[in-house]
Amino acid sequence: MGSRASSLLREEEIEEIKKETGFSHSQITRLYSRFTSLDKGENGTLGREDFQRIPELAINPLGDRIINAFFPEGEDQVNFRGFMRTLAHFRPIEDNEKNKDPTASEPLNSRINKLLFAFQLYDLDRDDKISRDELLQVLRMMVLRMMVGVNISDEQLGSIADRTIQEADQNGDNSISFNEFIKVLEKVDVEQKMSIRFLH
Amino acid sequence: MEDFWAMVLAGLKVWVCLIVALLMVPAMFGFSLGISETYMKILVKILEWATLRIQTVNKAQQILKSSSFNSLVQRDDGSMEEELRGLRRSRPKPPVGGDFTLSDCFYFYRRGIEDIVEDEVTQRFSSEELVSWNLLTRTNIDFQYISLKLTMVWGLGVFIRYCILTPLRIMLASIGLTWLVIGTTAVGFLPNWRLKSWLSEWVHVMCYRICARGLSCTIHYHNKENRPRKGGICVANHTSPIDIVILCNDGCYAMVGQSHGGLMGVLQRAMARSCPHIWFERADMKDRHLVAKRLRDHVNDKTKLPILIFPEGTCINNTSVMMFKKGCFEIGGTIYPVAIKYDPQFGDAFWNSAKYNMVSYLLRMMTSWAIVCNVWYLPAMHQQEGEDAVQFANRVKSVIAHQGGLVDLSWDGGLKRAKVKDIYREEQQKKYSSMVVGSEEDRSGNSD
Repeated sequence: MGSRASSLLREEEIEEIKKETGFSHSQITRLYSRFTSLDKGENGTLGREDFQRIPELAINPLGDRIINAFFPEGEDQVNFRGFMRTLAHFRPIEDNEKNKDPTASEPLNSRINKLLFAFQLYDLDRDDKISRDELLQVLRMMVLRMMVGVNISDEQLGSIADRTIQEADQNGDNSISFNEFIKVLEKVDVEQKMSIRFLH
Repeated sequence: MEDFWAMVLAGLKVWVCLIVALLMVPAMFGFSLGISETYMKILVKILEWATLRIQTVNKAQQILKSSSFNSLVQRDDGSMEEELRGLRRSRPKPPVGGDFTLSDCFYFYRRGIEDIVEDEVTQRFSSEELVSWNLLTRTNIDFQYISLKLTMVWGLGVFIRYCILTPLRIMLASIGLTWLVIGTTAVGFLPNWRLKSWLSEWVHVMCYRICARGLSCTIHYHNKENRPRKGGICVANHTSPIDIVILCNDGCYAMVGQSHGGLMGVLQRAMARSCPHIWFERADMKDRHLVAKRLRDHVNDKTKLPILIFPEGTCINNTSVMMFKKGCFEIGGTIYPVAIKYDPQFGDAFWNSAKYNMVSYLLRMMTSWAIVCNVWYLPAMHQQEGEDAVQFANRVKSVIAHQGGLVDLSWDGGLKRAKVKDIYREEQQKKYSSMVVGSEEDRSGNSD
């Protein structure tokens, strides 16, 4: 509930987040409002169960992976900075950003970083390669296997995984590296598909 | 010292006489002296002035207020099929082995992040944010000093609300409830004549009217010709326990619910003496057949009052109508839908049971400006041929949502506390599976 939410966020913090993520002032205050409404424990951080309380996310087949992306290695709580950093990947790319200073660090929402975000959702063990097993795990999450009707057997999933790796793999190591990942998806409109359109 | 107490006693006597004459007698006999109307008019003027002041000051200082009244994200309304087809456009469909691309996941990731930023369900379980401040501390999101005048009006408001109105309201509410218990018990001693039911209705309505005055309720009833009749079931959207007071100010209903102990229990037993209500023991509520049987028996007896049921099963914040439980729609009686919409500008009626217990909730009600609401009686509905209880319930729900200007959701209000069932996730998985495998079934005749 909006009880003095934005007054708990200091102006300096808002400026820092603005620089780091590129969100506007009003977007940051709105998202802070959202962060506090999800934070039932009122301790300034979100745990996994706070995310799982969102029904639409709980029924998303890849919901658990998405929630995981918010939590850095081994941690169980995420603060507002971390929350914003992850959300920043989905900020749309604006035209004036494309002409920015090339020596500045890559903004969080660039095409490369969006693809890296998606790559890391596949690559659980962070060895910079999507192995057959990791691909199979994601496929298993997305697909219905146990009920009657439209169902897909593990063998079918296995052959889908094999075929996908075959198409992408260029150096013959039977897994997909980040560069191979980028190559396969070069024709996909990543800027639009991995961005959410913020109003105001 | 003695004189002081004599003065206090005399003052109290005058006070009580005033209350009885100006508030209770009109409530008992159903006419109005115009006091509350005048109060409301003054209140509306003050709030309009306050809104204008805040807006001018904000403009002058160029403070951008992003109101959460509007959505934060703009969503694509495409279905899963459309979105995935868009994602797969960049590569040709493989001849065998199922249609899958690495970019399929983008659809789910984006939906997931959109839902984390803004979702349809969790916002329904907390109070609605106001477009402009209504001079109550509790709705002040961004504390900002606007002007001295405004702060003074706010201070005056605090004094009036807490020191004058609240004690008055508490007294009225207690009188109303005590009267209810005494009146219904007294009527309960009468033998079953026509007079008894008429008296019982009169006592009920009178006490609810006093309670309504105790909350400074201003209720506008629309389409009174559609009012629920005996032997039917009245169905309404649920925002707070006050809904009962609101509806019973204009008619008599049989309540359904769990029997409580304590004060509630005294009330329930007293009410049940004068006319039949349906109170269940906690254990019996789990037995759906028993519940259905008792409801059906009540409905089939055409002399009994219409049953009042809130099919959502829990309090929602009055911006939407959530899933109706099908129990009362299976009984086969006539359904009289009623839409209740509160005006949040004068007081927030939503009971957030996670945050406030009943007593603090009632105190919050009594320290608001007023409770203003609109009640629409909708034409009776019956279950149609070939329509099952769930479809009927959804039909009634959309009629109520449409009339009240509320969002029609299919999500279960029980998600306030419970986790969503796995079956909905399986539906998503099933949909996706058909997009992967569907191509195979088209081509080969033998699918398993």
